[in-house]
Amino acid sequence: MNDFIAARSQMALSLAFHIVFSCIGMVMPFFMAVSHYYYLRTNKIIFRNITRAWSKGVAIFFATGAVSGTVLSFELGLLWPGFMEHAGPIFGLPFSLEGTAFFIEAIALGFFLYGWGRFNKWFHWFTGVIVGVSGLISGILVVAANAWMNSPAGFEYKDGKYFNIDPVKAMFNDAWFSQSLHMCIAAFAATGFAVAGVHAWMVVRRMNVDFHTKAFRIAAIFACTAAILQPISGDHSAKDVAHRQPAKLAAMEALFQTGTRVPLLIGGIPDAKSQTVPYGVEIPGMLSFMISGSTATEVKGLDQFPPADQPPVLITHIAFQVMVGLGMVMLVVSILYFIVLWRKWNFEKNRWLLKLFAFITPLGFLAVEAGWTVTEVGRQPWILKGILRTKDAVTPMPGIQYTFYLFTAVYLSLSLVVILLLYRQIKMVPFKYDIPELAGRN
Amino acid sequence: MVYIVIMYLWMALLLYLLLGGADFGAGIIELFTSDNNKDRTSVTMSRTIGPIWEANHMWLIIVIVILFTGFPAIYAVVSTYLHIPLLIMLLGIIARGTAFAYRHYDAVDDEMQVLYNKIFRYSSFVTPFFLGIIAASAVSGTINPKATHFMDAYIFSWLHLFSIAVGLFTISICGYLAAIFLIGETETETERRRYITKARSMNLAAAITGALVFLAAALDHVPLAKWLFGNVVGITAITAAIISLIIQWQLIRMGKKIVIRFLAGFQITMILLATTFFHYPRIILLSGEKYLSLMEHHGDDKAIQSLAFALLIGSLFILPALFYLIYSFQKKEPEEA
Repeated sequence: MNDFIAARSQMALSLAFHIVFSCIGMVMPFFMAVSHYYYLRTNKIIFRNITRAWSKGVAIFFATGAVSGTVLSFELGLLWPGFMEHAGPIFGLPFSLEGTAFFIEAIALGFFLYGWGRFNKWFHWFTGVIVGVSGLISGILVVAANAWMNSPAGFEYKDGKYFNIDPVKAMFNDAWFSQSLHMCIAAFAATGFAVAGVHAWMVVRRMNVDFHTKAFRIAAIFACTAAILQPISGDHSAKDVAHRQPAKLAAMEALFQTGTRVPLLIGGIPDAKSQTVPYGVEIPGMLSFMISGSTATEVKGLDQFPPADQPPVLITHIAFQVMVGLGMVMLVVSILYFIVLWRKWNFEKNRWLLKLFAFITPLGFLAVEAGWTVTEVGRQPWILKGILRTKDAVTPMPGIQYTFYLFTAVYLSLSLVVILLLYRQIKMVPFKYDIPELAGRN
Repeated sequence: MVYIVIMYLWMALLLYLLLGGADFGAGIIELFTSDNNKDRTSVTMSRTIGPIWEANHMWLIIVIVILFTGFPAIYAVVSTYLHIPLLIMLLGIIARGTAFAYRHYDAVDDEMQVLYNKIFRYSSFVTPFFLGIIAASAVSGTINPKATHFMDAYIFSWLHLFSIAVGLFTISICGYLAAIFLIGETETETERRRYITKARSMNLAAAITGALVFLAAALDHVPLAKWLFGNVVGITAITAAIISLIIQWQLIRMGKKIVIRFLAGFQITMILLATTFFHYPRIILLSGEKYLSLMEHHGDDKAIQSLAFALLIGSLFILPALFYLIYSFQKKEPEEA
């Protein structure tokens, strides 16, 4: 494995690992705030038990997310010093603000996890809300920094020099809103379906049914709302990408030739040699229409870009199809869920729904990984679109394939341990969490 | 504006050394605790450090963000040539942070605890050691961007007697800070005496490794004595550190528990001041008389400006909240009860 590919792979793996924990950290505090609120309002101990059970899981995920975030902040420099020495000052503002937001989140989490019975109960509840809000804000800020890489702004560039820097313009680049919106909704969908799926499965197995059903319902409502909103955000993002990063869109859609009345391709495995996409289904004129409301719209194909500037089509296209496909599945399940709620159907009599949720547990996270693959691979060969190529930014130190193997081993071990811990948390629900006698004890 | 940023950089480094350092030190101490007492130590630790450890380690992130936003040339050079020690330090952070959280939050209490404990205790050595190595390498003139050979560029940039000695010294300091902190968190007199003994051992270790640092500096041609004692600030700071140490032991003998941690913090602050003052603003001394200076090699002025504002506004929120967090979870001095 050559060092450049190793560096890209290591960064990609680190990001792919971290994003799971970030999503959970951004979203679960809100689930906990809801159950915690129900407890404070109704005094039903089951809601406190749910909150406490969830908070143990969150603590585990948060610690893992914090260290993997530290890895990323080091890896920016360890792997891409050629990028950071120019980009650092320009997109440092969202990172410094993110540092603040995350710091506040860590402090609030300290209060929340360790503060049961030590503070005024509403103050304690509020610290939990702060964890969520600052988590969301720090997620938005980091995504804004990534958006800058896709949509450079706030500086001028000539002959390798970056000048006239405006950090605020850089942060509020053209892509920050669509990317941040899409990521926030994605975090809710991914975390929501994962949490809902786990609880749904426990209900199907008839374990601590009341506990898991209540937990399921809180997670599911967030998940399904997010899954219904996400295609709207996705459409907005795609239109934006068509305009700003036409090469990325061409790769996403595996569009080799520019044209009008461009069809929407569903599926298909692009073959760069023959410039065709067999095994796909085409909907005539649909891509042109989706991009700007008219089938007469021209959509740029990869032929507009010199080969050295084209992103890898196979990975980008497949990842995109996977993301949208999974999104559609989650959309359908969400619609079914809302129908069941609206009709006030009983979950017991409709166990198929719970089994469905259990089945799609990891889909949201898979969609998140697929989506990030689209946007990062689709930006290649650029690390900073149109200005700096990824291969020109990589560290000169040789031997990166070894650090890649090392981190792969680290992430694999951590993943196994986290899965074990989660399994044990769930197994212990009847013994540690869903106990009515816990009433009155810290 | 750049002065504000530099001040925050120094303070964030200091706070990481004090707060994160005490955190690591607690793991170091656990390793040197006899088996009968290990469990009690880790319970005390979970109680006292549990709420604050994630916040403690944020200061490192702040250092990194300030470096890459405000001093990108320095960040790039350090990240390139000190890649290996940074990598190992990172592995220590990962292992320690996760082991600490997992041992506390695992729903089942079984043999996994043995694994968590082992990883926690041994990894607590790694980060302070390599933090010391990195700090020493920054100023020992061993980083050579013109090096052509892998060993010269990426190994000998950090692997030498001086940096190893500083690494060992850093471990001792962290252990000492933790012991002093834990004295104040004990509930019984026996406990207190145990941690006093540990503080004594760590103090001794620091003295020995400190001597090694000077010896290694002489062997490696690092003019450490000149840096520390060749100027008023250095001499004053070292003297203040020694006086603070003497007062701490007096107060420990008198049974004081809380004020000693502030004195220990002051002592470490003085040591950091002495070691960073002399060659400020040239914080990276490269080989061949070259250097990277905070003043000459900082990033764009606009970037510095927005960074300064972000730091100032951020501290408005963070510092009060952090103080309240630490205060809320401390044991109160029994005399104050």
